[in-house]
Amino acid sequence: MLLPRPLTLVIDRLPLALVQRVISQVFNRALQQHPDLFDRLGHEADKRFCFTPSDLDLAFIVHPVSRSIRVSRKSRAPRCDAGVTGPMLTLLALLEGRIDGDAVFFSRSLAVSGDMEAMLALRNALDDCSFDLPADLAGMAGPLAGPFRQLAELVRQRALAGLV
Amino acid sequence: MADLSALKITIGPIPYLWSGEKWRDFYYRIAESGHVDAVTLGEVVCSKRDHFTRPFLPQVVERLTASGKSVALASLALVTLDREVAQTRRLAAEAPLAEANDLSALRLLAGKPHLVGPFVNVYNGATAKLLARRGATRICLGPELPASSIASIVAGAPDIDYEIIAFGRLPLAISARCAHARAKGHTKDNCQFVCGDEPDGLDVDTLDGQPFLTVNGVQTMSRHCQVLLNDLPPLADMGVTHLRLSPQDCDMVAVAAIYADVRDGRMNPDEGTTRLKAIYPAAPFANGFLHGVAGMDWVAA
Amino acid sequence: MELICPAGTPAAYREAVEAGADAVYCGFRDETNARNFPGLNFTRDELREAVAHAHSRGVQTYVALNTFMRAGSEDTWYRATDDAVAAGADAVILADMALMDYVADRYPEQRLHVSVQASASNVDAVSLLVESFGAKRLVLPRVLTVAEIANIARQVDCELEVFAFGGLCVMAEGRCSLSSYVTGKSPNMQGVCSPASHVRYREDGPDMVSELGGFTINRFGEGEPAGYPTLCKGRFHIADDDGYAFEDPVSLDVMEHLDALRAAGVTALKIEGRQRGKAYVAQVVSSLRAALLAPKDERPQKLAHLHRLSEGQRTTSGAYDKKWR
Repeated sequence: MLLPRPLTLVIDRLPLALVQRVISQVFNRALQQHPDLFDRLGHEADKRFCFTPSDLDLAFIVHPVSRSIRVSRKSRAPRCDAGVTGPMLTLLALLEGRIDGDAVFFSRSLAVSGDMEAMLALRNALDDCSFDLPADLAGMAGPLAGPFRQLAELVRQRALAGLV
Repeated sequence: MADLSALKITIGPIPYLWSGEKWRDFYYRIAESGHVDAVTLGEVVCSKRDHFTRPFLPQVVERLTASGKSVALASLALVTLDREVAQTRRLAAEAPLAEANDLSALRLLAGKPHLVGPFVNVYNGATAKLLARRGATRICLGPELPASSIASIVAGAPDIDYEIIAFGRLPLAISARCAHARAKGHTKDNCQFVCGDEPDGLDVDTLDGQPFLTVNGVQTMSRHCQVLLNDLPPLADMGVTHLRLSPQDCDMVAVAAIYADVRDGRMNPDEGTTRLKAIYPAAPFANGFLHGVAGMDWVAA
Repeated sequence: MELICPAGTPAAYREAVEAGADAVYCGFRDETNARNFPGLNFTRDELREAVAHAHSRGVQTYVALNTFMRAGSEDTWYRATDDAVAAGADAVILADMALMDYVADRYPEQRLHVSVQASASNVDAVSLLVESFGAKRLVLPRVLTVAEIANIARQVDCELEVFAFGGLCVMAEGRCSLSSYVTGKSPNMQGVCSPASHVRYREDGPDMVSELGGFTINRFGEGEPAGYPTLCKGRFHIADDDGYAFEDPVSLDVMEHLDALRAAGVTALKIEGRQRGKAYVAQVVSSLRAALLAPKDERPQKLAHLHRLSEGQRTTSGAYDKKWR
């Protein structure tokens, strides 16, 4: 399921610096809550992973070994070792391990590219890491914390309904 | 440095469905070859094919034995039906020398001298030793083992002989389903023996036209032909005793002569390879498995 | 019948226990098991914790050590076996005869299961492993019909486990070198089939092309359900046609044969999928558990949604049906 159009318009018009700030905050908080997040990556931790929500003009580039996340517009996204593209809600549901990555791939709602060994390692690392975005982000402050939690709840409901 | 001339040349079972007469005549020619020391024969791939060659088996065995070849009868690789269980039991009970290609045959042959074929998984010296204890006198190792494994296996159970597939398309997989029959619109149970239409296997190409695999009834084989002419000295050094030439639909007597000539130093490996290409132009050559890379690769000397 | 469930991670393990597994099988994070995929599997500590957690819930743990010992590196397998036994594994699942011999000799009390990778597909093969190594259970290869399974069950002196749901090997397991022919890495030696390191996906117009080792394995049209880039489920050119030479991208589902399998004397049903996510494990295990408890006519409804999780979003009963051949 794609994000509602009015929401994507709002998100796409946010200044990139603001999105970067919020995402870094979320990312750092997630790492605090799950310090072993990247343990399963082994030598794949030095790869660059690009997450591209198909319904937003954003790309998120994660470099596990430096524990960094960068946001860019799609057209400006740097070259990465491995990439995954799909609806934002699907990507978030995968992050939480609420849906099975292979099943989403079989259904073609997700496309992967680049280094599949790295991608598979990341998928398995995330799957073992019991992310719970609403809980993990509770207490987080900042301008977009509220909307982000709402988004996370939406993922939860859709995933549980088997609709992501 | 091991003695290269000690490497014996064997002919493995014909993997394909050939007519009974063609099958018989093939072995009559092999019987006349001075270069072939041993022959393992019999239907390994599909029990449904057995009746094509069975009538000719006694005379072929007799001819090969009379010409001084050591002869072994191979058991089926995939045994599921009662009929196949019975066939394997009969072979194990009656054959003077049998080659086990399934765990069932290993059970039945325990305690008497026998050979082990490439369809039994022997990946380490401990397994070879275990099989030797049970009566195995020669093991033909499976195709995907690299040289390092072969050396270690032989070292782990040095008292028996070892054979490797030195020529021919490699057996890669076997299924309950017949891809050959399916490709021609049949099922396995009503296959009409269409695999007999391709005496050298049915080509499988990728959608982009790259030559890829070969289908032979329920078996999937390599598209490439294994050629280990460049590797004979190291093979002898690590204790391999027999070179198996797996029959293709080509002049196998000439193939055996080339292997013997290269082994005995009468021909260099490059010339041998060039000559082989003329005898068997149907397939690209490969030796990758032995060198620890993809089986379809060719690693130059 | 027991339900034997896969776990590639501790999280998936917990889901399997929660969802109603009788036993969960898993492996170490190395080549000693046939799902040696990046980021998957258990450390020694994770295994000990999983065993303890499972035991507290009355669930068993089977440790898969079901690759073949690489010559010269046998110690890796022997040590993994020692550690699995020490961790309290309720069974070890083995394929290599020398490793079976090691366990029978060193740990005669340890319950030994024979992996599907050992490729024992008939009464004499099964009996060899029971007589020689004291195997208590054997996982049958996916090459047999239900009638053939019943026939073996009548004649052997061990429990039989069969694959009920999940990935389908088209080729006899443990006897397939297709992957190493193309990539140099195989299920038997490295514990991988069509390894991710050699897989590439590329967009070609609206099509998605999957490649393995530079060879085109499949081309999926826009919106067409996809599958793994495994060789045996690729689209190829054969006998003047383009199509699935061996099998379509499809998963196994033999739950319609449940009563026949029970009547045949099968002890345990196995779910494939250690490489799948915990969401898959939770959903498949709970659905199969519900189906096992449900009257026959209600079973299909309990399972209907599972095809969406399957390769190509389709299922087959494979070799269990004679017509598949």
